[in-house]
Amino acid sequence: MAEPTIYEISSSGRTGFQFHKPDVPCAEIPAELKRDELPFPEVSEVDVIRHFTRLSQLNYAIDLGIYPLGSCTMKYNPRINEEMARLPGFAMTHPLQPLDTIQGNLALIYQLQEWLKEISGFAGVTLQPAAGAQGEFVGGLIMRAYHRSHNDLKRTKILVPDSAHGTNPATSSMSGFEVVNVPSDSRGNIDLEKLKAICDDCVAGLMLTNPNTLGLFEEHLQEVIDIIHQKGGLVYGDGANFNALLGVIKPGEVGFDIMHFNLHKTFSTPHGGGGPGSGPVAVSKKLVDFLPAPIVGIIEEGNDETPPLYGFITPETSIGRMKAFYGNFGILVRAFTYIAMHGATGLRKIAENAVLNANYLKMLLGNAYNIPYNRKCMHEFVAEGFWNDAPGIHALDVAKRMMDYGVHPPTNYFPLIVKEALMIEPTETESKQEIEHFAEILKTIAQEAHHSPDLLHTAPHHTPIGRLDEVKAAKDLVLCCWIPPEE
Amino acid sequence: MFTPHTDAERNAMLTALGLHSIEELFSDVPEKYRFPELKLPDGMSEMFAREYVEGFADANASTKEFVCFLGAGAYDHYIPAAVDSILRRGEFFTAYTPYQPEISQGTLQTIFEFQSLICNLTSLEVSNASHYDGATAAAEACITAYSYFHEKRKRIILSHSIHPQYREVIKTYLCGIDGIELVIADQDDHALSDPRNVSKFINDDTALVMVQYPDFFGRIYDFSDLIQEAHQHGALVCMIVNPIALGILKTPGQMGADIAVGEGQPLGIPLSFGGPYLGFIAARKELVRKLSGRLVGETVDENGKRGYVLTLTAREQHIRREKATSNICSNEGLLALAATVYMTLLGKTGMQQVSDLCYQNAHYAASKISELRGFQVLTSQPFYHEIVVQCPLPVDHINHHLLEEGILGGYALEKVYPEMKHCMLLAFTEKTNKEVIDVLCEVLKESNHG
Repeated sequence: MAEPTIYEISSSGRTGFQFHKPDVPCAEIPAELKRDELPFPEVSEVDVIRHFTRLSQLNYAIDLGIYPLGSCTMKYNPRINEEMARLPGFAMTHPLQPLDTIQGNLALIYQLQEWLKEISGFAGVTLQPAAGAQGEFVGGLIMRAYHRSHNDLKRTKILVPDSAHGTNPATSSMSGFEVVNVPSDSRGNIDLEKLKAICDDCVAGLMLTNPNTLGLFEEHLQEVIDIIHQKGGLVYGDGANFNALLGVIKPGEVGFDIMHFNLHKTFSTPHGGGGPGSGPVAVSKKLVDFLPAPIVGIIEEGNDETPPLYGFITPETSIGRMKAFYGNFGILVRAFTYIAMHGATGLRKIAENAVLNANYLKMLLGNAYNIPYNRKCMHEFVAEGFWNDAPGIHALDVAKRMMDYGVHPPTNYFPLIVKEALMIEPTETESKQEIEHFAEILKTIAQEAHHSPDLLHTAPHHTPIGRLDEVKAAKDLVLCCWIPPEE
Repeated sequence: MFTPHTDAERNAMLTALGLHSIEELFSDVPEKYRFPELKLPDGMSEMFAREYVEGFADANASTKEFVCFLGAGAYDHYIPAAVDSILRRGEFFTAYTPYQPEISQGTLQTIFEFQSLICNLTSLEVSNASHYDGATAAAEACITAYSYFHEKRKRIILSHSIHPQYREVIKTYLCGIDGIELVIADQDDHALSDPRNVSKFINDDTALVMVQYPDFFGRIYDFSDLIQEAHQHGALVCMIVNPIALGILKTPGQMGADIAVGEGQPLGIPLSFGGPYLGFIAARKELVRKLSGRLVGETVDENGKRGYVLTLTAREQHIRREKATSNICSNEGLLALAATVYMTLLGKTGMQQVSDLCYQNAHYAASKISELRGFQVLTSQPFYHEIVVQCPLPVDHINHHLLEEGILGGYALEKVYPEMKHCMLLAFTEKTNKEVIDVLCEVLKESNHG
């Protein structure tokens, strides 16, 4: 039996929450501005708690086990982060309070800006973007503004490797650029010769994910950056995979001009079933004045007795505002707590263990799966979810069968340059034993693919619901429900 | 701490990989840059980290100790205990985007119910799974309209009484699209001129007209005539709405609007210094294929059992790449959950109650404040739960005085509307009852004398 919708358990006249009566004289609402009946469900608090608790039990979550989605960095979300974000001193502050009543918030934002600069090797940071994709958008608009500030209007193109996440080309379009795809070479790097041939003085920049979505560190990183810079372009770093690089390399030092972070990946803030994220953007010195407004700065230096006074600063040639207020502050508190607990040594250990786990898992899979770009990987790797001698089996079947073994499948059908891709990122969260257990599951499924293919085709068998009809969903387009009419 | 590896396990794994040290895993990283020093404080234990982070929180004044009359886009409402109790369930907050529907029905059905509630609240037919915040939802609505007309209609008209930060965000979002002509109606007039004057700017090249309801100054208008006029020119109309107000007020759908967007923070989401919040977008069905962001649809599994999936994904960036109308790749899932729990818990009666309390308290306050010598309420009737008050002294001065009495005063409008000298925007919710409004009036009176 499926969980009914909250509308279906509605009972006319039932209430879940009681407000006090107004204690002021009654003011009439003009009749022409009154709404018609509000068709909301009527349920009790018990109904609500049971309904959502039951719904929660239909979810898989990192709290239940390995969640190896490639480039998503599903790591454990420390509980202390949750408590800190809920402190009334943070959670109950209004964004427009007078500066002297929010010095704690501003000091924390300032400190986090400084830490992210130090970790990434850049000169300036904005914490405003609400997600990685919005961070990319900031990057695209900064590239646009930078070239325009030099009256360089011919730069209409952004280069995007064919292994890139879909947000990169979408962001480039949104920022007013034309997208030019750059092919990969046989080792999974950017094809240098092709890059040289494509890159001219109409290129505004390159969006580079490093390590890329194959989990590989770009072997010609310096050359790639130099080719773009020599033609006057900028290099944007997509920080989706920054977990592999904590304390390993500072992208700003190698010559990246812009980079976004995903605090919900690298810095352990919860994914929340699809958000909220947070996508701070770091830039090199020449781009600091283009950052979105406002950023937090010191407006009056402190001394031994008094702390500095923090306030908001609008960069001189700012691209403008990306969202109301200052960013996903509650997420910033969580990331801040995480960094404070790790320090430099702890952060590097995260990258080390994440990379160790990925390489160990890749090795354990042995010959059970084909791994097309098989060299030392970083935090993730991509296997193929099909076998020539197991006709009719697809990556999707492997993924669905994994659910029967109680684990979450990896990202599938991405990156697009690998046929039937299974993109696996175990993160540092998993122990040696968990990795070994997971490898055993994958190997068993590879055997089943050959001997009992139907087990895969009809999977999953042990989930709350079977494979869903996506064609019907798109055709019928039922996007909301109502209270059922009374019989 | 959060990584389980013992030294012995690390060594065993390295040995299995034929490596002698962990550093060997990073040989692709250019040596010159490899393993830089990070100048960060030493890592802290949980106990000391808590103390350290609490120190920052303690340096703020919060609405826990202060009565809050600040609004201007973020509102201090009471959050029922049940909301956070559900939010803290690891099955919800530690799950990813529901790409594998068989093991994500909890998230998917919640979003489906969220979409339903938003449709009911706005009287529109479709809603997406949520957006970053109200301002970005408004910006995406502009792109939706532009794209709906295949980029053939160039003009987008914003009422000047839309939240100033929302207008700024829209401007940033549209700056990369050369074709769009962004018009801020009446921006040279006095800020409090009638927002329905946007009609003067509508022409046959107009893709979208956007107004706010209640507007930034708290005023409410029936926009039905304006919407009809826009439709006569073939343009779409988007209303930026406050969801609590829609508990009692005429809805965008009733007025004939094509799109409604808004900030969902008042629906059980903490102020949290401006984020994370919850943008929502609802629209008429015809616009569904141009809507940005995720959508959840109902379907069945192979046994005919009802279930939910992400649908119409072919609109989105991971499929359409550079041809997608938005690059958005997330929604505010956990906050959509908060709003869903909040709205279902309150239900029909509770939503009306809270909505009415805000209205009643604001009207009582307006009448009391207008009796004070030197203070004038500039917001005209009808209004909802915010009012503009002109003070006899600079707002910062008044607010300083209020703060000493435990009150967070209103937003100083002069910062963004220079002609509104000494004007503050005060907001009222169910938390600001008669007693605290009377105190506010007392202190305002004193501030004028003292």
